[in-house]
Amino acid sequence: MRILLFLFSLALTIFVVIILDTDKFTPVPLGRLLSPQQGVWQNAEDADGRVEQDLRFPGLKGRAEVYYDERMVPHVFADHDEDAYFVQGYLHARDRLWQMEFQTRAAAGRLSEIFGEKALSFDRRQRRLGMVYAAEKALELWENDEQTKRMCDAYTAGVNAFIGKLPASKLPIEYKLLGYGPELWTNLKSVLFFKAMSDDLTGFETDFENTNLLKILGEKDFRMLFPQVQDSLSPIIPRGTPYTRSADIPVAPSNADSAYFHRSDSVWFAEAFKPDRDNGSNNWAVAGTRTRSGKPILCNDPHLGITLPSIWYEIQISTPSFNAYGVSFPGLPGVVIGFNDHVAFGFTNAGRDMKDYYEIRFRDNTKTAYWFNGKWLKADQRIERIGLKGGGQVMDTVAYTVFGPVMYDRSFQDKLKQNKAYALRWIAHFPSNPMRMWYGLNRARNYQDYLKAIRYYNEPAQNMLFASKDGDIALWQEGNFPLRWAGQGDFVMPGTDSSYLWDTFIPREDNPHTLNPVQGYISSANQRPVDSTYPYFIPGHYDLYRGISINRRLSRMTDITTEDMKKLQTDNYNVFAEHARPILLKYADRNRLNADAKRFADMFARWDLVSDPGKEGPTVLEHWIDTLSAMVFRDELLRNGLPVTMPDDFILVQYLIRDSTAFRFTDDVNTPAVETLTDMVTEALNRASVPLSELERNEKLTWGRFRDVTLYHLLRTNMLPFARKGLDVGGGQHIINATKHAHGPSWRMIVSLTTPIEAYGVYPGGQSGNPGSPFYDDMAGAWAKGEYYRLWIMKRDESGDKRIRGRLTFN
Amino acid sequence: MKFIVSTVLIALLGYALGLFLPWWSIVPAAFLVAMFIPQKPGWSLLSGFLGAALLWGTMAAWISGNNHGVLAQKLSALILKKDQPPLLMLLTALVGGLPAGMAACTASLLRGILQGRHISS
Repeated sequence: MRILLFLFSLALTIFVVIILDTDKFTPVPLGRLLSPQQGVWQNAEDADGRVEQDLRFPGLKGRAEVYYDERMVPHVFADHDEDAYFVQGYLHARDRLWQMEFQTRAAAGRLSEIFGEKALSFDRRQRRLGMVYAAEKALELWENDEQTKRMCDAYTAGVNAFIGKLPASKLPIEYKLLGYGPELWTNLKSVLFFKAMSDDLTGFETDFENTNLLKILGEKDFRMLFPQVQDSLSPIIPRGTPYTRSADIPVAPSNADSAYFHRSDSVWFAEAFKPDRDNGSNNWAVAGTRTRSGKPILCNDPHLGITLPSIWYEIQISTPSFNAYGVSFPGLPGVVIGFNDHVAFGFTNAGRDMKDYYEIRFRDNTKTAYWFNGKWLKADQRIERIGLKGGGQVMDTVAYTVFGPVMYDRSFQDKLKQNKAYALRWIAHFPSNPMRMWYGLNRARNYQDYLKAIRYYNEPAQNMLFASKDGDIALWQEGNFPLRWAGQGDFVMPGTDSSYLWDTFIPREDNPHTLNPVQGYISSANQRPVDSTYPYFIPGHYDLYRGISINRRLSRMTDITTEDMKKLQTDNYNVFAEHARPILLKYADRNRLNADAKRFADMFARWDLVSDPGKEGPTVLEHWIDTLSAMVFRDELLRNGLPVTMPDDFILVQYLIRDSTAFRFTDDVNTPAVETLTDMVTEALNRASVPLSELERNEKLTWGRFRDVTLYHLLRTNMLPFARKGLDVGGGQHIINATKHAHGPSWRMIVSLTTPIEAYGVYPGGQSGNPGSPFYDDMAGAWAKGEYYRLWIMKRDESGDKRIRGRLTFN
Repeated sequence: MKFIVSTVLIALLGYALGLFLPWWSIVPAAFLVAMFIPQKPGWSLLSGFLGAALLWGTMAAWISGNNHGVLAQKLSALILKKDQPPLLMLLTALVGGLPAGMAACTASLLRGILQGRHISS
């Protein structure tokens, strides 16, 4: 009896331990997670704690010191450049390990290892996109360059030095919650991170949708709704700038008319996991002639997903050869957007079309041979092995052609019929080494250094803004741009013929650029870089209104201070509304508006066109224009049920302003009556008044409440408590303050190139990636209010400054 | 007295073993203490439970206090789906206490067998 009782008790004890050790019975392994010595409590950082550590690593060449300031921005002072990159790797890992590791696993299509089969289609998309293939090719180039190799090796060693000494109890909390651990860092992971940025910035693509639209609309109407150059465009390069053309424009294939422009084909699937099309940015520089100090001011705010942890990590790196301050990418060495003692540099996305699809004709289902230039060519097979959580793997064979990997076929997108297959030609598959550019920019002293540095950069193309203490301001839209015949790459192209293949690039000296323009300022905001006099065909996904806003404001400003620049960077004036409001109010027939709609129309009419968080006007506008756009276009564009993209709102508004009667789309083709514009605009507001009234009842009609700007954790809704919700922020699409619900200015920087440099910055987040740190999202409030921090360019002898709250020494 | 000594020892030994062992260090701690300090199984169970629960609960509360409750609030929302950080600390204490109590009880029973005494005595 006693023995039975003992055995029972023993078994029960073991059983309880097992239950608490796994997530088989409870949503999380309770024992492992809640142990205050090993589990998640260990991630709750001492809010008032100081960091003091002496670290020894045999690989270091000399000594390095790191001072964390009151925002936990590290100021790195190293005797040797390589040690500085080692320390940067260590710091990235110390503050952002889970993030950098997760992002590179995602890039490589390895999320199924963590989440199981539910991540499989994402992983297959990454593999078929050729992410690993692209990274492996680029790695060769990075490692063949001695400078880059030294830089990356040191960085990688720094990351791994941190991982090597990391006890299980101090693992970042996401590892504990998801039940896995970090791998050692490699240079390949750095490249993978960079390729993920390429995907983010060049991945938005509409060739399939355009192909469908071409079938539905015909070429003339397609060009009307999706135009190349708009009347109101305010290009990056000032109008009137002469352009050179040192390469011949390729000639369209002789069969292009029948085989391409009028092929009338359709594609029955929509691409999943598309990057946000508003991944873009603002940057501008004003010359000394327009500033109070007489020195240039450079400003930059990249618009990306605003996540926690932030994509950016602020840092100062100081060695005997350079002293750079700015933001870095956890995953890459160096300062990406920032300044040094002599120059400042910033980026916006070029937004040009860098990605095309070719229809491949395979000989048979084995996909080993395809028809090209009149014969069967062998297709290389790359076998992708996708590991699954808990063991096991899924294999996926991807065929590679002269164009690139066959991304879509029947095995991936079962909606594809008749054995259709599409190969991807993408700029990111061409090896490039951006690290050489950043290496140069971090050390640049003048325009010549900048020019030399940016020539190393191939993709994803950027508007590279520059300003120096010498007084120069400059911008190059730099990168490799396919040399295309007019219309090449707007639609899916035939993959059986080399004449559809682009293989060369626009000569770099012909890329749009400007140095010290007479107007005294340069700006870029993802608009088309040049007017229609530019000699090359340059399709892209461009914005229109931010560029107009910025150029209009800058052209009127003189005696500019950094305070003026803060106001401009956070400006909520809505140029789109300025264009749209007169047309909407003109065509809204008050006699046919219902009572609610009348009230909203009045609200809208009284609005001052500034999209501040407390205003109702922008909420009314968004509902009204979206409803109108759907009413105008959906009947025509969706009638075949094919996946398409809708024309931009500003296209609708532009055509309504220009010539309302000729715009045939206003008629609803599903009704016998011929609708007029008045019918449409009036009915649109009547319909929109339903959701608007609902918002009003819930006290969510103001722009800030309606949008509920949120900094999601990288795992989005799976980790909702780690998000920072309900930020009351204005701005929006087409507005200089380009903040959307979960997307927007991910870093705001203003650099006045005086001596000493006066610089300001802020980003929505915090330096620590740990949700248990007070520095996880401590800058979010200031960012939301449009406030800035003065950036402290620390000197090595200021180690006694009271702003310092931590110190690491490396020996 | 034995009860108090056992409870405190379990907490202390649990903490010490926790520096080297995984989360279940409280289980051998409770087991060992209950082996060396004889108590009736019921009392052993209680001192094991209380020792570990006190250790885990106090530590969680202490860490969270230094953290100004930043993480506890998020974890409570994540794990308990409600904004109740004290409840999470209570759960922490329970999760530590339960296996330790069981282990102490098991040890007490084993000791009874080894010494050939009736468990009721």
